[in-house]
Parts: sequence; structure tokens; C-alpha cells
Amino acid sequence: MAGTDTTRPAAAGTGAAEAPGDLAGLEAGLDALESAGPARVPLRRTLIDKVLPPVTAVVLVLVVWELLVLAHVAPGYKLPSPGAVWGEVTDAWEQGTLLGYIWTSVERGLLGFLLALVIGTPLGLVVARVRPVRAAIGPILSGLQSLPSVAWVPPAVIWLGLNDRMMYAVILLGAVPSIANGLVSGVDQVPPLYLRAGRTLGATGLRGTWHVVMPAALPGYLAGLKQGWAFSWRSLMAAEIIASSPDLGIGLGQLLENGRTNSSMSMVFLAIFLILIVGIAVDLLFFSPLERWVLRSRGLVTKS
Amino acid sequence: MASSLVKAADETPAVEHAARIDHVSKAFGTAAGRQLVLDDITLDVAPGEFVTLLGASGCGKSTLLGLVAGLDEPSAGTISTGGRPALMFQEHALFPWLTAGKNIELALRLRGVPRPERRGEAERLLELVRLGGAYGKRVHELSGGMRQRVALARALAQDSRLLLMDEPFAALDAITRDVLHDELTRIWRETDVSILFVTHNVREAVRLAQRVVLLSSRPGRVAREWQVDIPQPRRIEDPGVAALSLEITEQLRGEIRRHGRH
Repeated sequence: MAGTDTTRPAAAGTGAAEAPGDLAGLEAGLDALESAGPARVPLRRTLIDKVLPPVTAVVLVLVVWELLVLAHVAPGYKLPSPGAVWGEVTDAWEQGTLLGYIWTSVERGLLGFLLALVIGTPLGLVVARVRPVRAAIGPILSGLQSLPSVAWVPPAVIWLGLNDRMMYAVILLGAVPSIANGLVSGVDQVPPLYLRAGRTLGATGLRGTWHVVMPAALPGYLAGLKQGWAFSWRSLMAAEIIASSPDLGIGLGQLLENGRTNSSMSMVFLAIFLILIVGIAVDLLFFSPLERWVLRSRGLVTKS
Repeated sequence: MASSLVKAADETPAVEHAARIDHVSKAFGTAAGRQLVLDDITLDVAPGEFVTLLGASGCGKSTLLGLVAGLDEPSAGTISTGGRPALMFQEHALFPWLTAGKNIELALRLRGVPRPERRGEAERLLELVRLGGAYGKRVHELSGGMRQRVALARALAQDSRLLLMDEPFAALDAITRDVLHDELTRIWRETDVSILFVTHNVREAVRLAQRVVLLSSRPGRVAREWQVDIPQPRRIEDPGVAALSLEITEQLRGEIRRHGRH
């Protein structure tokens, strides 16, 4: 630095004292400059960006379907027309059985999922935090995730019989590993800085788990829950299709199986659509908003 | 960590210092390849004193701060502080799932402040760092400088006699950093907290401290200390600050040059 004595505003000479009001004003200015809020997206824009594309896709599928039927690519007993499936919907609605089918399955699915939540959460937490437990059952838990839960239906029927308990057993075996694994990976991804900050604040042991680890792991946990729901629903449908019995009542899986035995392809289609719609609806109405809210409140996603 | 807290509690309350670092060494690694990071550091921080710990990278200054904070154990020597010190990091380390105000309230809650008092106390602390309106703000809605001020408020919420700061302003732009120097000086003078502040920025060290401690690198040893008698509030551009910075920089460069010789 050879040129230190070239002419320069004598900032150093102005002295140290600055009125306290000046500092407050300066700070307020900096704060205002650096924290501009994002603009709100208008509703019309959201509709065009988010609603229009999927609606278009569905309409397109229906049109192609109707065209295939009109072109007689397959006989009617193999490929019913959209109108015939819709007729099946209105029939079931008029007989008052439609909501019954849906509710029988949804009730089982949700109850089974809640049970899986109650079991999977503490299990995941223990696996994530206790090293010997993790070494012992961690690999089994992730392995179980790749085992299709349909495989559990035959043993469950033999052990528990054809009843609701067997259905719940299959749901649990499908969903608990997903939920536990989601929490484990959520805990693993907690930035070490939060743990150190928590410890300096005095959040150790259970208090650390409650105040720091759990909230920090929430995004991963939610992803696990979402997957756990998908697994619950799939396992349940598999169980309902394979294990039908008059005592069990008619859920969506049985409806599909009944359609097959009655050679009513429109009923099979109806059942498939209802299964799909329930799966999408739970995700869309519950998990997605929850996940978005969590991520957005942490600034992890901006409005897109 | 628990044992160092016990150690702190053993100390009689009428201590003459906010922190006493007594012949502390720290080595990492196994017996085969031990690396000495800190070698026989002895350093006291008096109550209400502002000390900056200065050194090049690899001098172990952050390690030393971690030891004082009780996040790690020294290999030899003892550290005593009158209770759990508060610690501020280079990253704000605020919890993103809580608002600014709730971050502070969590610190109060963990300290044992009863629920009805927390809100008022959190708002008072936010006022202290001049962020009165930020109680309900999420962390990501705040600028870098505001986050560090909330982090400072949260550290102060621990009501420790000792505040440890690990390069807290290193990631900020120069204008904001300058303002926060003024702010920290003001808060330090308004409270009776002692501060041990780690930095690699010589001017920052001189701007802030009553005493600057220079650490040598690999292993970290106390190389020299300077008393800074320039009256506060100072400015980083003050001729006195510049002159002392120059002197310290020369010494620091000498320390660094030593490593090039072997």
C-alpha cells in the first residue's frame, strides 16, 4: 500500500462520536433496504399455472379414451366407454352405496395410517438417536421398505383370519417402515449447527430432542408420512382384493374384485378410479398443503 | 459437556473473572497421529471486559472458544466460567421453524424463565438490538445483519456473564459489519456482559476490544497481548485503530512467516 497518503476524505478525522439517533436511523435504513417482501401472486395466475394443466391432461385422456371406444379397438366387455363408467357412478350414487364403498376403505386406511404413525414415530426416533439400535434394526427397517406389503397378506390371513385385524396388520407392515425411515433420514439431515446452538442454549437430552431435533427433522418426517400414507393405501387395496369375505363389508378393493367376478369391466374401472381419486385427494388436501406450509415458513421454497 | 458444566458450578460465585483458561491444551486424533492444536493457553477475561482473540486460520481460536463454551473437553488444563456461557456463531444459527421472537423465548424457556414473563422479555431484548418490530418475523424474512442481531438478542437471553462470539460478523457486508460494531459496542456498554470475541480481522479486533490477544498457529499459543486504550465509541477508520492494527498485523505476519521456514 504505497499510496496511503494521496488525498482522500479525512474520514478518520471526523472523530468517534456519532449521535445514537444516527446509528438507529442508519440501521433502520439498512434493514429496510435488505428486506423487501415478495409480491403476492394473483389468484387468476395461480388458476392458470396450477389448475389448468392437470385439467387439460384429464380432458385429453378422456377424449382419447372415447375415441378408442368409438374406433372399436377392443370389444365393449374389455374396454367400457367413459359414459358406461359414469353410469356405474350414478347407479351406485342412486342406490346410496357409493359413499359406503369409499368410506369403508378410507376409514380402514386412515385408522391404519394413524396407528402406523403412533408406532413408526417413536421407532424412528429411537433408531435415529440410539446407535446400537440403529446398527441392529436400521438395515432391516430400510429393507422392509422395499418388500411389497402384498407379501404379508397370506401370512396375515393365516395368523389373524379374514377380518379387519388382518387388514390393519398388513397396513402397519407397509407403512411403519416408511414413517420410521422418513424420520431417521430427517434426523440425519439436521444441520449440526442447530444441534450445537441447541446445546449452548441448554437443550440437551430429551429437551434437545423436543425443541431442536424434532422440529428440525420435520421436513424429512413429513416426506416419510406422505410415503407412509401411500404405502398404507396400497397395502390396504392389496389386502382387500385378495382377502374378500362377506363379513368384511365392501370397500374399494372388494368392489374391484366383485367387478371382475361379475365380468363388469365398468365396475372394475369405477373401482380403479375411486382408488386413484382417494389417493390423490388425501395427498392434495392434506399432505401437500402441510408440506408446503412447513417448507415455506422456513423459507425453503419461495412461491413458484 | 456435562462435566464441564459441573466444573463451572464447582467454582465459587465470587470469582474475579468471567472466564479463566488455565494451561489449556487440546490435541486431536489418535495416539498414533496426534495433532496439538492448542498448547498451554492461559487467559483470563475480567468481569465486563471485552477481549478479542486474534489469529490466522488454523490457530485453533474457534477450538478454544468451543472449549470455553463447553462443547468439547480440553486435553489438559482447566477452564472455569461462572455458569454456561452464551455462544454466537458466524452463521446466525437461529431456528428457522420459529419466529425471531420465539427463538429468543426458547432461550428464555431453557433458562427457566416462567411463561408469562417470556414475551415481554423477548420484546425487550429485540428493542435492545433495535428490532422492535421483528417479533413475528420468520428468520428467512430478515436480512443478514438483522439475523445476527436476533442471534445476539438470543445469546443475551441466556443471561450469561460471558458472551462468546465466533467471527459473528465475518459473513456480513462491510457496511452492515461497521454498523454492527457500533451496535455491539453500545450493547456491551449498556449491559455488564464480558465478551470473548474471535476474529481473524485485525482492525475489527482493535475496533472492538479493550484487550487484543494474538494467537500463534499450529499449535495455538498466546503470542502477545495488547491493551487498547483508544476511547469508545471508536471507528474502524480512527488513526489510533489504524496504527495499532498495523503493529499487530506486522506481528501476525511474522507468526505466519515462521510456518514457511520449515
